[in-house]
Amino acid sequence: MIAYISAFRIRLIRGLQYRVAALAGVGTQFFWGFMLIMVFQAFASNSRESSPMSLSQIASYVWLQQAFLAFVMLWFRDAELFALIVSGDVAYEFTRPVDLYGFWYARLLAGRLASAALRCLPILIVAALLPAPFTLLPPTCPASLLLFVTTLFLGLLVLVAISMFVYILTFATKSPMASFLVVGPVGEFCAGMIVPIPMMPDAVRRVVMVLPFRLATDLPFRTYSGSIGSVEALEGIVLQLLWLAVLVAVGRAALARAAVHASILGG
Amino acid sequence: MELYFRYALLAAKGQLRYRSTFFLTAFGQFFVPFFVFAGMVMLFGRFGNLKGWTLPEAMLCFSVIHVSFSVSECFARGFDMFGTVLSNGEFDRILVRPRSTILQVLGSRFEYSRVGRLFLAIGALVWALGNLAIDWNPLRVATLCLMILGGIAIFSGIFMLGASLCFWTTEGLEIMNVFTDGGREMAQYPLTIYQDWVRKFFTFVIPFGCVNYLPLFYVLGKPGASPFAALAPLAGFLFLLPCALVWRRGVRRFRSTGS
Repeated sequence: MIAYISAFRIRLIRGLQYRVAALAGVGTQFFWGFMLIMVFQAFASNSRESSPMSLSQIASYVWLQQAFLAFVMLWFRDAELFALIVSGDVAYEFTRPVDLYGFWYARLLAGRLASAALRCLPILIVAALLPAPFTLLPPTCPASLLLFVTTLFLGLLVLVAISMFVYILTFATKSPMASFLVVGPVGEFCAGMIVPIPMMPDAVRRVVMVLPFRLATDLPFRTYSGSIGSVEALEGIVLQLLWLAVLVAVGRAALARAAVHASILGG
Repeated sequence: MELYFRYALLAAKGQLRYRSTFFLTAFGQFFVPFFVFAGMVMLFGRFGNLKGWTLPEAMLCFSVIHVSFSVSECFARGFDMFGTVLSNGEFDRILVRPRSTILQVLGSRFEYSRVGRLFLAIGALVWALGNLAIDWNPLRVATLCLMILGGIAIFSGIFMLGASLCFWTTEGLEIMNVFTDGGREMAQYPLTIYQDWVRKFFTFVIPFGCVNYLPLFYVLGKPGASPFAALAPLAGFLFLLPCALVWRRGVRRFRSTGS
């Protein structure tokens, strides 16, 4: 266990070094946040149909998405781990007396936590102070705040389990391209990052609701603003736990299989 | 000019050597904006229209910007990646050759895999034109072409500006992405939907609005459109002037780096 915790800590401390880069990133995220809110609100405010999300719910959704971007983006990658796999140095990883799945998992989890820790507070604070249509409102009640925090962290665990497959696939195919080209955009879309899930057409929504991608984004963010009720959120937590168990089990088996068939690149 | 084509041809031959990589990247380039495109279609499907703009009209906005972006990313990529050229000392070699620096930097890199995005954008353009009853006349056709050319000019100008800033900072600036990627994402919707300050910025400072939003009033024959709107895309070319000036100042200021 100590090995996993120290892998986690090393990554966390490393990640926290990049403060200036994070600050520059925050600026960009504000720009995107404003833009997305304006687009969605423009659609929602002048339609004949009543909007499935209120204007303030849209604002909260977008700001949370920007603040916790590192928790939700599939393309957020650990470049060193990729380099390790492509250069063949991954062989050293196998000599370690630890379970590789757990070791990598801890590492990826820490990378995302560090990035979010640097970015989320400035975004959340400024977003809460913005004028009317852009404000990030406080959660509707303490219960929904609690549910939000729970679903957010479980969602992070699910997302890291999904992203493990990208690395396992890279390990099996030895090329980082294929996995990122496909998994990135598809996952992002199914998570409701491009269009919030309630705004999708019914047929698409039904498919997306079954997939695990939404559990890391759509579920926590809409729980926060009350767009998802507490009963549905509790159901979501059960779903998150189930998916987590399945994804970790399958991922572990896949990594073990890939390791058996592995041929190491490089010399 | 001849030299430029020679550069372009060489790069094309080089990239097609790695055929599978090329097609995979092109496919990826198609995929990413495809979901943005799909999102737009879905939003329109759900809400009907956007402040008086229908889906084909907005799609015209979208496609003009994406065609311009993919073309300029393909040909002006040299400026986009200029930070590395500067920091590894390659720029010194460019300076000693008796040709213009702009030409050589343009020729230093071509990114043909952007055809993926171009493909999607042209598809969207054809679809939009097919679903709009536009009263075509020569001036309208010319305006549409000017819009795309003006868009290419703006994106290239921004890439150039970003590259020029490298003379002061020596490394590429992440923040320029706000204007290229961000400008693209922003201008793919008609500017009406944004707040006033955003609209003014993207009309008078970086004239994205002049190459799709304003002239579209004329092309689509929207009420209250003056034929002068047809001239708006020229602002895109005007935008190149200050960018070229900054570039020249930068080159003059340049002190060698790297080895």
